[in-house]
Amino acid sequence: MTHFFFSLTLGLYGVATMVYLACLIRTSEKLTRWASRLLVSGCIAHILSTVHLASTEKHLPLTNMQESLSFFSLMVVVAFLIFERRYKVTTLGSFVTPVVLLMLSVASTLHGGARQLPPILQSNWFWIHALLAFISYAAFTIAFGVAVIYLIQRHFLKTKHFGALFQKLPPLETLDEISYRCFAIGFPLLTVAIISGAIWSEKAMGSYWVWDPKQTWSLITWFIYAALLHGRLTIGWRGKRAAILSIVGFIVLLITFFGMKHSVTW
Amino acid sequence: MNIIVIGLSHKTATVEIREKVAFSPNLIEKPLRDLIALDDIVEGVIVSTCNRVEIYATTHDIAGGIARIKRFLAAHHRIPIENLESHLYAYHSEAAIRHVFRVASSLDSLVVGEPQILGQIKTSYGYAAEYKTSGIILNRFLHKAFSVAKRVRTETKIASSAVSVAFAAVELAKKILGDLSEKTVMLIGAGEMCELAAKHFINSGAKGVMVTNRTFERAERLADDFAGEAVRFEELLDHLHRADIVLSSTGAPHTIIGPKDVEEVIRKRRFKPMFFIDIAVPRDIDQKVEDVDNAYLFTVDDLQEIVQANLAQRSLEAEKAEEIIEQEIGQFFKWLSSLGVTPTIVALRNRFDEIRRAELEKTVSGWKDLPADAEKRMDALTMAIMNKLLHSPTSALKQAGQGGRVDLYVDALRQLFDLQTSRQDDDELALEE
Repeated sequence: MTHFFFSLTLGLYGVATMVYLACLIRTSEKLTRWASRLLVSGCIAHILSTVHLASTEKHLPLTNMQESLSFFSLMVVVAFLIFERRYKVTTLGSFVTPVVLLMLSVASTLHGGARQLPPILQSNWFWIHALLAFISYAAFTIAFGVAVIYLIQRHFLKTKHFGALFQKLPPLETLDEISYRCFAIGFPLLTVAIISGAIWSEKAMGSYWVWDPKQTWSLITWFIYAALLHGRLTIGWRGKRAAILSIVGFIVLLITFFGMKHSVTW
Repeated sequence: MNIIVIGLSHKTATVEIREKVAFSPNLIEKPLRDLIALDDIVEGVIVSTCNRVEIYATTHDIAGGIARIKRFLAAHHRIPIENLESHLYAYHSEAAIRHVFRVASSLDSLVVGEPQILGQIKTSYGYAAEYKTSGIILNRFLHKAFSVAKRVRTETKIASSAVSVAFAAVELAKKILGDLSEKTVMLIGAGEMCELAAKHFINSGAKGVMVTNRTFERAERLADDFAGEAVRFEELLDHLHRADIVLSSTGAPHTIIGPKDVEEVIRKRRFKPMFFIDIAVPRDIDQKVEDVDNAYLFTVDDLQEIVQANLAQRSLEAEKAEEIIEQEIGQFFKWLSSLGVTPTIVALRNRFDEIRRAELEKTVSGWKDLPADAEKRMDALTMAIMNKLLHSPTSALKQAGQGGRVDLYVDALRQLFDLQTSRQDDDELALEE
């Protein structure tokens, strides 16, 4: 059943991605509506797949790379759909859906399957830690997409190229607002995720902070986003530099997520 | 019955001629009544805008009708016909339908795609409908023209892009600042273009206007016009940070705003983006301002380029629009041709005969040991009944053919007896109305 929903999700996301990309080329109300409808259907299938997996495993499906990637991409889709409703930014979907599709395709090639839950993960602090981390990751992923579009749009404006793509992409202020929202949601969640991770580490291994690569890179990620949010709140920092830092933050986040195996799990 | 169009437009006549031939909307009743009082002019609509004067009419005699309307135009405006003739165009049948569809869809406008023309034709038609000078054909014709115009508007991008510099500025500002409703405009110096652009920004929702000028009194006067705030020229840089949109057109011989100023101003406004338009020659704003982060500077030339690109885009879209119009002409022309007397009589006879044959067939096929010649007799009997029944409507229709009420009869007959000449098209027409 999980497998069926998972395949359905992958298929729907695939079609949705194509329609979102088509939206970059063609202006059509109909196309825009269908892009969103397809993605919502994919999202529902994704939720069903996740819930079904959780109910068979009897815990949140966040315990291996496959499950985590799938959950991560689900959160990205949910976050995007919320922003799309609010700001009518279809073109953001043209940038986000391919990333989601890629993540989920990678997830589908990984080894999943039920296994005995390691005792080290049997802690409420772990679940809080993982859940919040993924929601914050999703917010930062959206912020990354927005930053890329911002830089493209800014380039068009500064070089005075007013082509078809320029017409399609959202206004700079809208992008700026979305990215600010993402930081305002993502950063506090990341903070709590890191704290709950430390508490879990203490419960499981007897030490709050062991300076393993995962923890170190998490801290680097945290500092980057802290600087961004701080700059924004104190001097109103935005624009090109903020967009570049947001992209750097996301790359570091990816390194943290993919590159750094936790010393105790996986 | 034929549709004819006689008129002149910005393409065939200068403004001096156009204003002489224009009809005042307040005094339109008399010319409308005079128009349909002309010999063999059955229905009439007069469209008069600053770019065109056109008469739409129906007649049996195309050449005669056109000549009479030309003379009517000359006589009504007391212009010698020789002076007017060369500026007038005349169309009939399909060409007339095409012309009106194109005009309503704004393909014949000075600025292709401008939206006013449709409203102007609707108003003109409104007068004709009010004074009952338009009848069954022109009513349907103009409603069809409105629906074609709507189709062109929704299915092509003909009206979606800015084709004036001031409007292009607003569109560009929206790409940077998003919603303009909480934004403030700063006008530096006076100038027609600047004021026009400021008006466009206010129409698009901009909240406040600041005006500055070397002579403070002029600034105050202009500020009053916009219900805005006058700022002393010396204090410009102290107020600049409050402006999201800056429109500059002073006669200063050197630049008045440099990159350092803008950097400082932008820091002061917490890096919120600023949109500068420099209309002045020589420039008011140093070109290096372009390199300041979150500052976006454009000159008139940049805007002009956008306008040119949009115009080119429009002509591409216009081709799509022409295709739509060609489809619609065919459909409408079919309906118009079906209104003739002869096709209607033929269709009516066919309809009756179809029913007669079907009923006859039904009776005969279920009847065993039918006498030898009974079928022949029944056929003759039903035929006789049918001919008697059809006799009076047919001759009434033929007589009406010589008078003006024929379209009414024909249309009524077609609806009452469900005559099949392009019924589907007709339903579509009816739905659109």
